[in-house]
Amino acid sequence: MGGRRTFVDLEVISQSAKKVKEQLSRRPVLCLSGVTKALALFLANGKKGVTSMLTYTVRRVFSLIPVLFGMTLIVFAIIHAIPGNPAQVILGQRATQESIALVTKELGLDRPWYIQYFDYINKLLHGDLGTSLRTRGPINEEIWPFLAATFELTLVAMFIAIIIGVNAGIISAWFSKSWFDYFAMLLALIGVSMPIFWLGLMMQWGFANELGLFPTTGRENVRDPVNSITNLYLIDTLLQGRFDQFATVVKHLVLPSFALATIPMAIIARMTRATMLEVMKSDYIRTARAKGLRMFWVVYKHSLKNAVIPVLTVIGLQTGLLLGGAILTETIFGWPGIGRYLYDAILYRDYPVIQSGILIIAAIFVLINLIVDLLYVFVDPRIKYTK
Amino acid sequence: MSNKPILQIKDLKVSFQSGKKFVPAVDGISFELNEGEILGIVGESGSGKSVTSLTTMRLIPSPPGKIENGEIIFEGKDLKNISEKEWRKIRGNQISMIFQEPMTSLNPLFTIGNQLMEAIRLHTDFSKAQARVRSIELLKLVGIPRAEGILSEYPHQLSGGMRQRIMIAMAMACNPRVLIADEPTTALDVTIQAQILALMKDLNKKTNTSIILITHDLGVVAEICERVIVMYSGKIVEQGDVRTILKNPQHPYTIGLLKSVPDLRGKKDRLYSIPGNIPAPGTLHKGCRFAARCSEVFGRCKDESPELYKMKNDGHEVRCFLHTLKEGSDEHVGVTS
Repeated sequence: MGGRRTFVDLEVISQSAKKVKEQLSRRPVLCLSGVTKALALFLANGKKGVTSMLTYTVRRVFSLIPVLFGMTLIVFAIIHAIPGNPAQVILGQRATQESIALVTKELGLDRPWYIQYFDYINKLLHGDLGTSLRTRGPINEEIWPFLAATFELTLVAMFIAIIIGVNAGIISAWFSKSWFDYFAMLLALIGVSMPIFWLGLMMQWGFANELGLFPTTGRENVRDPVNSITNLYLIDTLLQGRFDQFATVVKHLVLPSFALATIPMAIIARMTRATMLEVMKSDYIRTARAKGLRMFWVVYKHSLKNAVIPVLTVIGLQTGLLLGGAILTETIFGWPGIGRYLYDAILYRDYPVIQSGILIIAAIFVLINLIVDLLYVFVDPRIKYTK
Repeated sequence: MSNKPILQIKDLKVSFQSGKKFVPAVDGISFELNEGEILGIVGESGSGKSVTSLTTMRLIPSPPGKIENGEIIFEGKDLKNISEKEWRKIRGNQISMIFQEPMTSLNPLFTIGNQLMEAIRLHTDFSKAQARVRSIELLKLVGIPRAEGILSEYPHQLSGGMRQRIMIAMAMACNPRVLIADEPTTALDVTIQAQILALMKDLNKKTNTSIILITHDLGVVAEICERVIVMYSGKIVEQGDVRTILKNPQHPYTIGLLKSVPDLRGKKDRLYSIPGNIPAPGTLHKGCRFAARCSEVFGRCKDESPELYKMKNDGHEVRCFLHTLKEGSDEHVGVTS
């Protein structure tokens, strides 16, 4: 009797265990989306459009966490796969075995890799990027001015590239097969294929040396340095009301930003033209024309919005590339940006700096991707917030 | 219904560039649209129906399209030589158009309200609020329930029938004198087709807007049109009163078209179809264009191109040599074109 009862109990238990197991097997998938679902429910009381956009954003931001973790792992693995002992590099060629062993221990490099990794992550989460081997300074403080310099240059260059590139593409598509179209697309072809170091040198020779319009290199007048607050000199000078300095900063920006803008500008112009041509064949453009709408609005309202998504993708990718530091441009124009900083770090085998630099650039890329994705939703109502 | 013509097309010839040659898509057609009338233009794909309608709106892409000849007279004014600016005042305001593809004819990225109000405010000096009121009025006119809610929706949230209703509302926004409907029901399912046709007929009655209905469906023509033009290979082959055309067609092509309408009672096993295909534009240089497919073809058809002959019935015209053979060819009153 008792045995039978136990049997029944076991059956019940095993059944309920199965249920739990089933639920558990679903749970890991739902784990993350569960959080956002709760959030969505919480937010659903407000305005529908705004909150669904918000939950989408929140979900996308959360989904970045595993990506960022993956990135740290890859960067860590690459750096550790590189042959050569940092201790050796620090101490130089003639270091003795004992001193190398000592420094290795001091740097914590004798510990197993996973301990090193967790130590690295732990520091990272506390905002500590480590110490530069070269300068012995904390990287998170050191890297910022370089990052800001690149940021400023990139923003200005992309602004130029977008304004000129998009408009050239639009007008080329609008008046396709006109002389403007042929001329603009020829320029775009030249822009894509021109070696940037050569273009940079020619600009320096022409506009700086011969015409004397702009300074050749640097970010500021060395004799009258900018008192930096944010390290974005355009903002710093304005904040301090130093309009004379602002003017020199702008002058310094002109040549490198135009040199840097050529390739993105050309790519954006070609992409805009191609998608605009496609869009302008569609039925709704004919409808807009049949309404009696001015061609300008047909092009700049009805066509452009439909053509903008592929262009946005290109803009995002190009911005990411430029933010990664355009080593050639930064070197030619003596721009103290992240590209130069990393280039120097590589020369000196400054592993922690390289590691942090790669990580930051990768993170920026991921972030820009996120922004572009969010912009898609903003542009096209057919792209759903869910999933 | 008055017989005052509101729109006259005279000897219109439109060609498209193909390689170095210009190939005629519409070859010398003339017709009139009377005030308050519903005129059907019927023909197979490639017969030049859509080109005719797009030309009337001056929406032919050019190049490759080119208006070689002809006049378009709207309310007594020749539209051929007016500027693009003046055209914009006519398009969507006095002559408006709805298209075959309701699924793709609305811009997917703007709300219905935005697109409707745009059409209204283009030709009036309404404020945004006034345009909104007018939009709701229009949506109700075309039979859309919950008109206010739909203003903030996007085209992809609506069905094909709803979208076509919105297209019609948009076309009717400024009370046009002429509405050109280019196969408005082709992409819709049958019940929706009937609704849209009823709506158009209703609008025609209420607002006295003249309608040109372009279709390849004779059933649609029978349903709402008063007069019919049958086009073949860029030319008008027969035109007349809808009753005459349906009951007593004279051109072998029209007869063939009528035979190939499926009979709901299903008496026939196999649906009739006219043998052959419409000739590619620019491939025929002499003779009747329909000769190669015609069951009644005889010697003369291969060499001479027939004129439009007037028949006994008022306004009935046929481009065929056949009826000149018929006994009592006194039916043949004269040559019109």
